[in-house]
Amino acid sequence: MPQTAVQFIGVNKWFGSFHVLRDINLDVAQGERIVVCGPSGSGKSTLIRCINRLEQHQEGRIIVDGVEINDDIKAIEEVRRDVGMVFQHFNLFPHLTVLENCTLAPIWVRKLPKREADALAMRFLERVRIPEQSNKYPGQLSGGQQQRVAIARALCMTPNIMLFDEPTSALDPEMVKEVLDTMVTLASEGMTMLVVTHEMGFARQVADRVIFMDQGQIVEMNAPKEFFGNPRSERTRLFLSQILR
Amino acid sequence: MSMAYVRDRDAPLRAPPVGTAGALGWLRENLFSSLGNSLLTLLLAVAIGYIAWGVLDWAVLRAVWTGADRAACAINNAGACWPFVWEKFPQWIFGFYPISERWRPVTAFLIGAAALVPMLMPGLGAKKSNALFLLVVYPVIAFELLAGGLFGLPEVETTSWGGLTVTLVVAVTGIVFSLPLGILLALGRQSSLPIIRSASVAFIEIWRGVPLVTVLFMASVMLPLFLPNGVSLDKLMRAIVGLSLFASAYMAEAVRGGLQAVTKGQTEAGLALGLSRWQTTLKIVLPQALRISIPNIVGIFIGLFKDTTLVLVVSIYDFLGIINAGLQDAKWAAPQTANTGYFVAALVYFAFCFAMSRYALFTERRLEPAGRR
Repeated sequence: MPQTAVQFIGVNKWFGSFHVLRDINLDVAQGERIVVCGPSGSGKSTLIRCINRLEQHQEGRIIVDGVEINDDIKAIEEVRRDVGMVFQHFNLFPHLTVLENCTLAPIWVRKLPKREADALAMRFLERVRIPEQSNKYPGQLSGGQQQRVAIARALCMTPNIMLFDEPTSALDPEMVKEVLDTMVTLASEGMTMLVVTHEMGFARQVADRVIFMDQGQIVEMNAPKEFFGNPRSERTRLFLSQILR
Repeated sequence: MSMAYVRDRDAPLRAPPVGTAGALGWLRENLFSSLGNSLLTLLLAVAIGYIAWGVLDWAVLRAVWTGADRAACAINNAGACWPFVWEKFPQWIFGFYPISERWRPVTAFLIGAAALVPMLMPGLGAKKSNALFLLVVYPVIAFELLAGGLFGLPEVETTSWGGLTVTLVVAVTGIVFSLPLGILLALGRQSSLPIIRSASVAFIEIWRGVPLVTVLFMASVMLPLFLPNGVSLDKLMRAIVGLSLFASAYMAEAVRGGLQAVTKGQTEAGLALGLSRWQTTLKIVLPQALRISIPNIVGIFIGLFKDTTLVLVVSIYDFLGIINAGLQDAKWAAPQTANTGYFVAALVYFAFCFAMSRYALFTERRLEPAGRR
């Protein structure tokens, strides 16, 4: 049994009086690829944002790489260093060049000398196949390129776990593939990944498990073959019939 | 016509039709796009021409250029009285600063200019040491030069400072103190700690709720009453502190606007990378917020520069104050003397404010994230 990367034990969360996460129990193994899907407002983004404490859970326990997520800010910063995140809207820093976006955290958090950080960043920019854009500003790149920079930026912290929050939802259709290809490569290298997405082709191709969430609960969780071939819950069937046309 | 269509050769790329591009196109589009617009253009052209002619006629054509006293200017239909300016100008610059010591403000000004100009040019390096010199070393040098007391420089009381020297001293120290203080207040106002937040809000609202004249009177008349016997703060210093705190409250609000305009995603991205709250604020949020706030910040700088004229109410003779005082001189009592003095005051204030405004515009364009132009 491989070591557990992320563990949710009886997690509950409310936005005001709205119960957004209900009794979440989930173990993610080291190197496992999880795809989370579900209708909007079902709590899937909130679920992965609890892992690096961009959202606070109110009940239950979340343990990431052996560190429990609670009010201890030092522990949270430690977890965040090792958990990369890619956002729907890229959230690149518009006032910094592509290279500076990538080296900011290695320099200020990992205390790398600038030259080493630059070399590290160039290595990851090559991996996402845009080293030639390193001196441009994010606003000069296409959406797909920006998202690949965002992935490189997260990878520069050499994380153990990568979280993807609808990474292709804000992209023009012709740019979705380049981002998904990058993610597939990453998956093939053994990265632990939690991906919120509606790209079911991606789920089929790389996921070890697919999770379907609805109304704040994990409704169904299974290997992709079973999940798509033989969904057990009525709600899952309905959702799949709506998105797989 | 069939439904299927395939283009077999590209439509040619052509130049735009005559009169829609270039200078002619610009004129047509911007000044004479419609009948109403054309009338407005002509009307404004006439008005501008009329005013410009009036100024030119008064300041140059009918002006008196030489003379020793009022007799030269007190002639029929005379324009600006320039000899008055020639004679008074040194005093407008230095106030009542002893004539034999005037090289000191000049030196202070030259050192300041020599350090400021490379600071303002983005292409030049060594910004850190340059800033360190300007903000830490230079104030000490400038103060020592102006006030004296050490190194055999005779002491010059701040009460004899005046004119443009005092205007610049007050404006520059005000600007230098109000910006960092304003940034701290703006951050304090966003703090999650209730005490810091309330203290910042209280500070900002109190200073914004009081007219500057009141602040200056308080600083000059009331404050000494609260100080223990024997302790006295320099009057100029008190005015500068008052003005700085006043400006910092407005600065805080300008910066807050910028902070709020930076999206939450930026903070989240910083935190998700493992940066601390402070690092996220300093490296990610603040640079973007300040860029957004530049127009408002410079607006406050310009306001502060002009507000320095109010120090006259506590009997500090700044540039405008000293011009005003010079008008009482019976030697130059002539119909156009006052107009000439105020005209020069307006020109000088305008030159400084316009320079700040243009430099801000330049900075704003330079810092605009590429790709958003």
